[in-house]
Amino acid sequence: MLNALVALMNFVVIPATAYGAQLALGALGVTLIYGILRFSNFAHGDTMAFGTMVTILLTWALQAAGVSLGPLPTALIAMPVGILGAAALLLLTDRFVYRFYRAQRAAPVILVIVSMGVMFVYNGLTRFVIGVDDQRFADGERFILSANAFRDWSGLDEGLALRTTQAITIVTAIIVVAALFWFLNRTRTGKSMRAFSDNEDLALLSGISPERVVMVTWLLVAALATIAGTLYGLDKTFKPFTYFQLLLPIFAAAIVGGLGSPIGAIAGGFIIAFAEVAITYPLRKILSYLLPEAWEPAGLVQLLATEYKFAVSFIILIVVLLIRPTGLFKGKAV
Amino acid sequence: MCPPARDGTTEDEPVTDAYSDRGNKDRSIANPRDGASMSSSLKGEATPSTETAFLAGIDMTGGYGRGADILHACTVSVDPGEIAVIVGPNGAGKSTAMKAVFGMLDLREGRVVLDGQDISRLSPQDRVAAGMGFVPQVRNIFTSLTVEENLEMGAFLRRDDIRPTMEQVYDLFPILRDKRRQPAGELSGGQRQQVAVGRALMTRPKVLMLDEPTAGVSPIVMDELFDRIIEVSRTGIPILMVEQNARQALEIADRGYVLVQGRNAFTGTGRELLADPEVRKSFLGG
Repeated sequence: MLNALVALMNFVVIPATAYGAQLALGALGVTLIYGILRFSNFAHGDTMAFGTMVTILLTWALQAAGVSLGPLPTALIAMPVGILGAAALLLLTDRFVYRFYRAQRAAPVILVIVSMGVMFVYNGLTRFVIGVDDQRFADGERFILSANAFRDWSGLDEGLALRTTQAITIVTAIIVVAALFWFLNRTRTGKSMRAFSDNEDLALLSGISPERVVMVTWLLVAALATIAGTLYGLDKTFKPFTYFQLLLPIFAAAIVGGLGSPIGAIAGGFIIAFAEVAITYPLRKILSYLLPEAWEPAGLVQLLATEYKFAVSFIILIVVLLIRPTGLFKGKAV
Repeated sequence: MCPPARDGTTEDEPVTDAYSDRGNKDRSIANPRDGASMSSSLKGEATPSTETAFLAGIDMTGGYGRGADILHACTVSVDPGEIAVIVGPNGAGKSTAMKAVFGMLDLREGRVVLDGQDISRLSPQDRVAAGMGFVPQVRNIFTSLTVEENLEMGAFLRRDDIRPTMEQVYDLFPILRDKRRQPAGELSGGQRQQVAVGRALMTRPKVLMLDEPTAGVSPIVMDELFDRIIEVSRTGIPILMVEQNARQALEIADRGYVLVQGRNAFTGTGRELLADPEVRKSFLGG
């Protein structure tokens, strides 16, 4: 019984929580852009890739120079610079691309297509600089709690491992989300962003400057995207194509939670992550601890192969769109 | 939120900035199909003398974009301590007249004067900065923000201490003090209108303009809102408002403007208009 619980923690709960935190940070960026700029930004995955790439390049430089954080990954020092890099890229894109379409008062669907174009440009840019291959940049202590240490300590058959990157992901996500909510709910600029998202006409009447709100939004998005991307890269590896593929679960998370709703983005991130991990994980081991020996399943009891994990996001996305198009937290109708 | 619907009539306007077309320009308020039968007998009754008023839209002629003129030499004005009410049948251009004063449509002729200054060329945003408080008819609060945050956003342009003004608003609308931590979208219709008026008062405007403040509320709430508006007026701030409920509005009006087909049909104190047999017969229903 305890073994089943530990196995569930080790193979489902902990990885899904870390993955969920990464998705939630990504979905927050998507939801902010949707709320303020009113379009679905398809370039978000590649924004994450670009910010992460800048972080990785600096991490390598720091590693070469012998700088390290001890048990923590060096990438944490490099991340602020990655955020600045992504912010510069986003602001330049806004200045030369999105602002033009805002001035034209382009329909949201046009902005979506524009963002796809931007996506391809970012995509090419990242691959051109760092290449298409897997890059590893994690260093420092690998485990906070290793499976063997846990087995020795508890005397159970199952081990429980907690990787440093998973712990960092969760802690960082909590800090970032708390800071974001503090900003949106307590500061003048944050409140003006919520007001702008709520009722643009009245925001303009109240003297809230749209260009300033848009700029602050891009800065927040740069930070969220780079942090999410770096955490994902530390936890797994960095590969530009994977980041492009992350777009689907991120969008699913944002839509499931309700586009435009920050709380929804977080909830959606965890729902998608837990569904993906739980459905693609072979449950045989857990069941074998729970069921009498005679009932032990012959197969793996894996509901879907891991190759199909994106199908899970897709199915959840479609079900939510059919049953509750505004998402769980009453975002704006899609 | 969906982006503001694009209004076909604004396409040809000169673009001053990316957001210049996003205002409350719903043309449905001034639907020209109604009220056509009243035109001939009512033309050119009176032209009020308003050259010296604190806020005045004088001989305003114009419409939305390059569409047909909706206003024809229309004049409205208000002085401190007064309530001026614009009434008229559907499609008379009441809301359009107010929007013209607020700079939401291009005037072909005429001008708008505030406190002795010609503000005809200012954008709506600049007019807010110049001291106009405007409460749109619909979508006039931030529904997902708390009542207090709504008031804070109303004072966004101000850099000084806004607490005293907020206290004044709470004194005027005590119910808002009790509900200040609640999202404004959860309030009742009458309370929302109080939030909307309170938000506009937060800039400490020189004039307050209300576009049908009692639209869609019950008669009891309407009476209460009118009482509150009188209280706001007693603080000395001139109030210009458009009203559908003509009789009740004229009862509290120091100046009344009856518009028909975008023209001034009758003008006088609220009491005079209520007593005028022709106004009663043709407009107030006997």
